[in-house]
Amino acid sequence: MAEPIIEVTGLDAHYGLSHALHDLHLQVGRECVALMGRNGVGKTTLARALLGLTPPRAAGTIRVFGTDVQGMSPHRIARLGVGYVPQGRRLFPSLTVDEHLRLNLRAGPTGEAWTVEAVYDLFPSLGQRRKSFGNQISGGERSMLAIGRALVTNPGCLILDEPTEGLAPSVVETVAQGLRDLSQGGVAVLLIEQNVKAAAMAADRAYFMAEGHIVHEATDKAAMTDDEVLGKYLGVSA
Amino acid sequence: MNLDTFIFLALNGLTLAALLFIMASGLTLAFGLMRVVNLAHGAFYLLGGYIGVHVVHATDSLVLGVLAGGVVAMVGGVLMERLLLQRVRGLDLSEALLTIAVGLIIADALLVAYGGRPISLPLPPDLRMPMDLGVMMYPTFRVIIMAVAVALGLVLWIVMARTRIGAAIRAGVDDRETAMAQGINVPLLFAGVFAVASFLAGAAGVIGTSYMSLSQGLDVRVLMLSLVVIIIGGMGSLKGAAVGALITGMVSSFATGYLPQFALFFLFLPMTLILVFRPQGLFGRTT
Repeated sequence: MAEPIIEVTGLDAHYGLSHALHDLHLQVGRECVALMGRNGVGKTTLARALLGLTPPRAAGTIRVFGTDVQGMSPHRIARLGVGYVPQGRRLFPSLTVDEHLRLNLRAGPTGEAWTVEAVYDLFPSLGQRRKSFGNQISGGERSMLAIGRALVTNPGCLILDEPTEGLAPSVVETVAQGLRDLSQGGVAVLLIEQNVKAAAMAADRAYFMAEGHIVHEATDKAAMTDDEVLGKYLGVSA
Repeated sequence: MNLDTFIFLALNGLTLAALLFIMASGLTLAFGLMRVVNLAHGAFYLLGGYIGVHVVHATDSLVLGVLAGGVVAMVGGVLMERLLLQRVRGLDLSEALLTIAVGLIIADALLVAYGGRPISLPLPPDLRMPMDLGVMMYPTFRVIIMAVAVALGLVLWIVMARTRIGAAIRAGVDDRETAMAQGINVPLLFAGVFAVASFLAGAAGVIGTSYMSLSQGLDVRVLMLSLVVIIIGGMGSLKGAAVGALITGMVSSFATGYLPQFALFFLFLPMTLILVFRPQGLFGRTT
């Protein structure tokens, strides 16, 4: 990891009245890194802080592409080349599948390789729903569209908040493989995931969170799927 | 019940609906984008109206008058948004109070400048003649108001449905936070929509004088009717603004014609029912 794309140092964030993130340190280079942990440990709060969506009461520094993004407006952070797949997909009910993609289509840090058609090639079932509105497609298609919507910005950094939730196993594999390819193509991918299989398939290493802290770092694939670690921080076995 | 009266009231209802649509269409989109209700919108209507009447007197051109009224109101709207509203962004109560304050200041300044006497627009001679609509004779200029509203509705609909800016506005109305996290500059879009909405309010103030003379208190009345339209139609919905304007215009016209003592009751009845049974409005979305 030569140059960190995402660099979080000593981040403290509050969500409402609760102190959601404590002195968090994390770095992601041009690689795919998983962020794992049970529900409610602060993974989504971290993702939101990276995009400038958490309240301003956050201490510490967040650098993306070397720019300090604390206090920056979300649309400016996104325009630095940060793609974001939010938890729950957050599609626009008033926009068709096609409009979601066309609206976000732009050249980014990684050029303009991702086009609307490239997304349809990756997810053929989306291509058959082009005229459907964001709230008229199936759960799996919603996940695909949320991912596609981030891809067409040609991001240099991609933050995904449980993108495989609700996807069929075969599609999970497509997504994991796709993320792997992206990171090998030079995109920094931060994958928030509870699905151990998907995380292990896509990511090279992982952070584990509990109660707002990063409590464990797995520096390679074997360590990511270690039974003891998974049992302790996720309550599952590989 | 006299058929001629009925048709006349229906046409008046359509005229009022047309004016209300021009007022409410921009307002509802701005409201949907940033959840800011511009309570100075009625004052912009009045401001545009007075300026427009001036310009028509000076130039004898109705078109110039309408444009001048719209542009002055737009400048007022842009200044208010850039200089004042931006400082209290996100604070609902402060935003509402600020727009009320600006509205009161504008309306009182207009009272000082023009006095309380009602003023109406000097129409060119060929527009003063009534027009034969087949069913009855009806003032030509009111027919033009209806045509303008329909044309405006078509233009706005094409922009919203077919252009990238329209798609961005729809995305912002659906989910502002997500739209911003996807790189859409929602504050800039809002500023643009707010400027257009202010222009439309000012222009409506000029053409509206042929239906309601400019007078003290008209700002509040027009604002109230516009808000009723938005609440019925649903905030952020163009279709809602059209349907809400039709309902409000018709109810207002018929109630005033047949049961004037209950006019206000009937005017607020649809809004009350909507608030009870469908608080997001006929075409609004729950977030």
